[in-house]
Amino acid sequence: MSDNGKPKFAMYWAASCGGCEIAVLNIGAKILDVDSTFDVVFWPVAMDAKYKDVEAMPDGFITLCLFNGAIRNDENEHMAHLLRAKSKILVAFGSCANEGCVPALANLSNLKDVFAAAYQTPSTDNPGNVVPQPSWMAPEGEIHIPTLSPMVRTLDQVVPVDYYMPGCPPESPQIAAVIDVVIKALKGEAPLPPPKSVIGAGESTVCDECPRVRDVKKIRKFVRIQDIKPDPGICLLEQGVLCSGLATRSGCSALCPKAGAVCVGCYGPAAGVVDYGARLMTAVASVIDSNDPQEIEHILDGIPDPAGSFYRFNLAGSLLHGSKAAWK
Amino acid sequence: MPEAFEPVIIGFTCNWCSYRAADLAGTARIKYPPNIRLIRLMCSGRLDPTFVLKALAGGADGVMISGCHPGECHYLEQNYKAMRRFQLMQRTLAQLGVEPQRVQLVWASAAEGARLAKEIARVVEEVRALGPLNWPNGHNPTSVAPVTAAPVTTSPEVHA
Repeated sequence: MSDNGKPKFAMYWAASCGGCEIAVLNIGAKILDVDSTFDVVFWPVAMDAKYKDVEAMPDGFITLCLFNGAIRNDENEHMAHLLRAKSKILVAFGSCANEGCVPALANLSNLKDVFAAAYQTPSTDNPGNVVPQPSWMAPEGEIHIPTLSPMVRTLDQVVPVDYYMPGCPPESPQIAAVIDVVIKALKGEAPLPPPKSVIGAGESTVCDECPRVRDVKKIRKFVRIQDIKPDPGICLLEQGVLCSGLATRSGCSALCPKAGAVCVGCYGPAAGVVDYGARLMTAVASVIDSNDPQEIEHILDGIPDPAGSFYRFNLAGSLLHGSKAAWK
Repeated sequence: MPEAFEPVIIGFTCNWCSYRAADLAGTARIKYPPNIRLIRLMCSGRLDPTFVLKALAGGADGVMISGCHPGECHYLEQNYKAMRRFQLMQRTLAQLGVEPQRVQLVWASAAEGARLAKEIARVVEEVRALGPLNWPNGHNPTSVAPVTAAPVTTSPEVHA
């Protein structure tokens, strides 16, 4: 590999959907700054490079590594350790790397059920019940695929992380701003943010950025947004729709509530929130307008999947990490 | 012979009723099992579900939340808030595989030392019957051993 003296840039995807890469490409003309400032040495979605190329790099060779995706299998784990060793600045980029995101909802079930959901449902056309095996003897030799870990983990549950950049995906203007900060720091014009801090997001909640009017929250019935015609100016939660804005970190400028959709919580816990789902439970339960246990149960029936609603993005990063079924 | 299982229960009490009930049990020399570790809050309405999850993730086998009887809250109706949070939390915990007996809500007034002692004993016995929870240490998730064998036992040949 050639060394042209430029700082080195890498981006890697572990258990993720690819949306984070799209968000990076969405920064528009700023991508030219990335190209002129950095030497892109490893970025599977954008260029051809092999793992052995990374393994051949000296430790600390990569200046900035954006790592997106959760740790789902032994390949993800290997790459997390490898890129940690090779990178000066390792950023947990996007919700999966930060808190597990949607892939971590698999932590509600054990691996056997996860496999069954993929290969053995009534609608699956798999008469031979073929399931992937970690190794297979092909005529050309033995071949391997990665082995799943029992639980989906966040990046910092596997290796130390320097910065956290939340979002599913992180908003492109926030990415552009973070890249500006890093470029300035490399030129010695500005300091880097404090180590271990959350970058590219605010400290407060989505509610703080939401223009909808908040008045008195008293909920007697939870509804799904498609079942009502929501008032465009009033807080969605006050209209009985489960909106996660009140526990979710600001930084997206409340895109979803502005567009008439609920906040699903993709920016993760706001500053100071220990357990995201617990914070939501605290807030949601306190605005239910009833003191009668039976009536409360009836109102709670309007939240058919509490764990999925409160931990949609945060299960791996939560205090319990998953369900008992997943680790039994 | 292995030691008998002694459950650890974290008990959250409110300053005005249930903590005083526990105090009264003490002065009246009413015995209750030492398995419960009582923590005083100003009000059961202060109980953030985070406390319960942290207790379970940190090694507790069960949690008992207690407060003033409905309608008797020192802060008017914060114990109703505790009740609503408890009901919602129970639904979430059920999905996470935590048995309902492990997290219980008990009302006790400042005069009910005997009742609180009885309830503590009941909760301890119910959790004892369930056995240890042993939630993997929340801050060390790597303690969960990775799967090395084939994750699904049925091989393609079996059904072919």
